[in-house]
Amino acid sequence: MEFNGGQFTDDQIIRYSRHIILPEVGGKGQAMIASAKVFLIGAGGLGCPISYYLTAAGVGRIAIVDDDVVDLSNLQRQILHSTKTVGMPKVESAKAVLNALNPDVEIIAIKDRLTPQNILGFIKDYDIVIDGSDNFPTRYLVNDACVLANKPLSSGAVLRFEGQVTTIIPGEGHCYRCLFEEMPPEGLVPSCQEGGVLGVLPGIIGTLQAMEVLKLILGKGDVLKNTLLIYDALRTNFRKVRVPKNLDCPVCGENPTITALCSSYEANYCSA
Amino acid sequence: MEEIIPDKRIDIRGLKCPYTFVRSKLAIEQMNTGEVLEVLLNYPEASVSIPKSMQDHGQRVLSVDKINDTDWIILIRKERD
Repeated sequence: MEFNGGQFTDDQIIRYSRHIILPEVGGKGQAMIASAKVFLIGAGGLGCPISYYLTAAGVGRIAIVDDDVVDLSNLQRQILHSTKTVGMPKVESAKAVLNALNPDVEIIAIKDRLTPQNILGFIKDYDIVIDGSDNFPTRYLVNDACVLANKPLSSGAVLRFEGQVTTIIPGEGHCYRCLFEEMPPEGLVPSCQEGGVLGVLPGIIGTLQAMEVLKLILGKGDVLKNTLLIYDALRTNFRKVRVPKNLDCPVCGENPTITALCSSYEANYCSA
Repeated sequence: MEEIIPDKRIDIRGLKCPYTFVRSKLAIEQMNTGEVLEVLLNYPEASVSIPKSMQDHGQRVLSVDKINDTDWIILIRKERD
């Protein structure tokens, strides 16, 4: 997005007027949003609402990595995709909708699988990382990479009727391993495929993540640092749980045992 | 009374709310604290809403004058970023 020293185009003034009016945002805040670069993992249930709202907000560059293709069973919750894009790579299906929503935003579609070998190269040019993945190996990989690369991370998860959101600021607050040091054994926690998920739930959790990201960009308000927000949809209950930084954390503690990414995250232990 | 010389002038005649305030706010954001913005407008509602919103945002409204049958001039001093 071009600002010519703080000047917006007439269309941009109209498009972002409800942001500009806010005392916490204004033209300066909108310019900060426009110069932000975020890296999103997953174009699924969480990634769709996250990227939809961040694109609407005018975030300068959004990279989305996902190696999957759109399946009919995704459409109950993955709102960027449609009946017409079944079979298409998710990142391409998402990119088309996001480009149509806001041509100011540069969308980088990466059809690839995130690995310990490629993640640090991917995230190094981005300000904030957002995890919208649906599995534990990726969640631990992303956490470790963000701690090692010192990148703020918004992490979200959903299952059945319950969702979780947290914001990790390496060096300041907790990380995912402070909360859950090791991955649960395979099969212990059901996946969305096995457990099901009510379609609106990732919309709620994803939009909470998008809000956290915008606050990080603007430097306004309090983010979910040292805090896990748990949403129980059946009881309509939001609960905040305090998560102190663990000084013995294997990746962000005082004497970390994980000082480089593990060679594989597929096993439930670190096989560095 | 001493005449106030504005540091910046904008002509937003023809604009309606909320763009009257959006344009005024963008203009004042780029000014230094203590400087005065002159806003020339002809949308009647904005002659009330701009002063109110500017005050809500912590700026000082120095004057609101109807200068002819259709136009107003508002002078605002920037008090804070």
